[in-house]
Amino acid sequence: MQKFETLTGIAAPMPLVNIDTDMIIPKIFLKTIKRSGLGVNLFDEMRYDRQGNEIPDFVLNKEQYRDAEILVAGDNFGCGSSREHAPWAIADFGIKAIVSTSFADIFYNNCFKNGILPIVMPEDVVDVLMKDAEKGSNARMTVDLENQTVTTSDGQSFPFEVDAFKKHCLINGLDDIGLTMENVDAIDAFEAKASEARPWV
Amino acid sequence: MSPKTLYDKIWDAHVAHESEDGTCLLYIDRHLVHEVTSPQAFEGLRMAGRKVRAPEKTIAVPDHNVPTTLDRANPATMTEDSRIQVEALDKNAKEFGINYYPVSDVRQGIVHIVGPEQGWTLPGMTVVCGDSHTATHGAFGALAHGIGTSEVEHVLATQTLIQKKSKNMKVEITGKLRPGVTAKDITLAVIGETGTAGGTGYVIEYCGEAIRDLSMEGRMTVCNMAIEGGARAGLIAPDQTTFDYVRNRPHAPKGEDFDKAMDWWKTLFTDEGAHFDKVVTLKGEEIEPVVTWGTSPEDVLPISALVPNPEDFKGGKVDAARRSIEYMGLKSGQKLTDIEIDTVFIGSCTNGRIEDLRAAAEILKGKKIKEGMRAMVVPGSGLVRAQAEEEGIAQIFIDAGFEWRMAGCSMCLAMNPDQLAEGERCASTSNRNFEGRQGYKGRTHLVSPGMAAAAALTGKLTDVRELM
Ligand code: SF4
Repeated sequence: MQKFETLTGIAAPMPLVNIDTDMIIPKIFLKTIKRSGLGVNLFDEMRYDRQGNEIPDFVLNKEQYRDAEILVAGDNFGCGSSREHAPWAIADFGIKAIVSTSFADIFYNNCFKNGILPIVMPEDVVDVLMKDAEKGSNARMTVDLENQTVTTSDGQSFPFEVDAFKKHCLINGLDDIGLTMENVDAIDAFEAKASEARPWV
Repeated sequence: MSPKTLYDKIWDAHVAHESEDGTCLLYIDRHLVHEVTSPQAFEGLRMAGRKVRAPEKTIAVPDHNVPTTLDRANPATMTEDSRIQVEALDKNAKEFGINYYPVSDVRQGIVHIVGPEQGWTLPGMTVVCGDSHTATHGAFGALAHGIGTSEVEHVLATQTLIQKKSKNMKVEITGKLRPGVTAKDITLAVIGETGTAGGTGYVIEYCGEAIRDLSMEGRMTVCNMAIEGGARAGLIAPDQTTFDYVRNRPHAPKGEDFDKAMDWWKTLFTDEGAHFDKVVTLKGEEIEPVVTWGTSPEDVLPISALVPNPEDFKGGKVDAARRSIEYMGLKSGQKLTDIEIDTVFIGSCTNGRIEDLRAAAEILKGKKIKEGMRAMVVPGSGLVRAQAEEEGIAQIFIDAGFEWRMAGCSMCLAMNPDQLAEGERCASTSNRNFEGRQGYKGRTHLVSPGMAAAAALTGKLTDVRELM
C-alpha cells in the first residue's frame, strides 16, 4: 500500500451532508472484478448527465478542482453500503484525504486500507476549511499525518485525532494481512481453546 | 466482576489477540460471502499464494446480481458483467473449498436470509460479510457487521478482523405496538429519532417489551437497519424465541452439542447495572406506521404527516432536505397520503421473509392492485418462496396482480434488471431510499410490507390500518 506522510494539495468543497456510497460510486460500477479504474466514475450521477457529458456545476468538473487531492465534505460522509469501490474510486481519482465532521464507520475503515486519510474535525473547523477550499486552486491545504494537523492556505493550523495503529499502518504503507500473520500463533491458540469451549461453531 | 453488556460478553469471548493500544484481533465464527464484494479479495489471496483459513466457516451465495425471473437458469438473462461476477464466485467457491449455494439451489437467496435459515447464524457468534446489512444477524444475539473487500480478504486469510471496540448504545422500545405497526416501523422510527449518524461508533442493543414480543423475522428487520442508523451492529439478546427458531436448522448444533450451546446462550444478556454510553427510549404505543419522504433513511414521518418544509431543519440538512424534496418530486405541505405510487416492491433482506409475505398477503387477500401498477414480490430465499407457495400466499399475490419472482436482492439495489425507470415512484420494503438506489432518478419510499400492499391497492401511500 502507498505510504501517506504529508500532502499539500487542492481541496474541493462538498458541503452536502449524508453523501452516501451510492453517490460516490453508483452500483452499476460494482460489477467489476478489479480494484482499479473507477476514478472516472467517481460521483458518476452527480458528475455526468445521462449522455455522459460533464455537468459543469459539479465541483470536480470545475477547472480549479480537477486535480483536487483533498475533499472537505458535509456530515456523515460515506454512509450506506460497505462497498470498498467507494474508496477505490476516490483513490483512483487522486483524492488522498477527506475532511468531515463525521464518517460512516465501514467507509472510514475502508479508507485506511486504501491509503486514504479520513479526518474528523469539529464543525467550526470544517467550516473554516470549507471556506478555504472554496478559494479554488490557488489555495493549497496541507495535511500532515505525522504531526496530525491540517493547515489552511493562509497558515491556520488545526490538530486532529487518529488511531495510533491506523496512523502507523498508513505512514508505513503496511499490509494488514501481513501484520496479522505475525500473530498467527495467537490465532491458533484461540481457535484450539474456542473449539473446545464451543465445539458447535 | 463488573457488569457487562451483551456486546461486551460476545466481544470478550472472541478476542484472539490484544495489542497494548487496545487494537484487537477479533476471531470470526462465520464469514458470509457474495459475488459483488468478494472477487478482488479472492484475487488478492491468489496473488499472495494464500489459502482460506477456515473454509468450513465460510459460506457463499450469489444474490445481488442474479435475475429474479423464472427463466434465470438461462445465462442470457444476465448481462455480461453480472455473469462474470457470478461465475467468479462459482469458481472461487470451488477452488477454495467453501460452502456454496449456487443459483440453481433451492436454498439460494439473499445472504442475510440464507445464513439464519440454514442455521449458520447462531447466538453469541461473530458474523461478518462484505455487506453492510450483515447487521441483520444481530437479531440472534450474534455480533454481526459489514466489512469492506480488504477486510473480506483479511478474514479469508486469517479468520480474524483487526478491530477496536465500539461503544455501547441501548435502544429500548417499551410497551406494546398498536395494530398495523411492525418491526419495520420500529426500526425506521428509531432512525427518524437518532438520524443516520446517531449510532456512529456504537453497537446498539435493542431491548424492551416491544422488541421481546417480536418474532425472529421481526427482530431481523429491526437489526437489519441498525446500519442505516450508523451503528456498527445491532443486537438483541437471545431468548426462547431465538432458541426455538435455531433448533433443528441444518447447521445448528444437535443433541448434546445443542444443550451445551444452550448453556452458554442463556448467559448472553446484559447484566443488571451494565453501562451504556448512550440510551434512546421510544414508547411502542406511540409508534405509527411510517414512511420516508426523502432520500435518506432518517427522513421518516408517520403516514398521517405532511411533506416537511426544508426551512424546518437546521444546518446542512436544510439544503439536503431541499435537494431531497426536489429529487422526490414532492411539495412541502403536501399530504403523504396524496403521493401517488406506480411501483411496489416487496422483498429484500429487510422484509423478504415469510412473515413479511404473510403480512402483505393479509392485506391483499381477495383484492386487486390498482390498474397500471407494477408490483412485484421477490422472496428472500428459494425456501421462503417454496413455503409461501405451500401456504397459498403466492396465489394471493398472483391473483392480486403481483409478479411472483425468484429469490435475490432484486430491486432493493437494482443491480439486476429489476429497476425503476426515471421518475418512477416506488413503495418499497427495502432499506435504502438513496438517490438512484432503485434505478437512475427512481424515487423510493420505504415502508413495511403491509403498507406496501396497501399502496399497491390504492395507488397512493396509504395508512395500512384503513385496510385492515
Ligand atoms: S437485499 Fe438489498 S440490502 Fe439486502 S443484501 Fe441485498 S442489496 Fe443489500
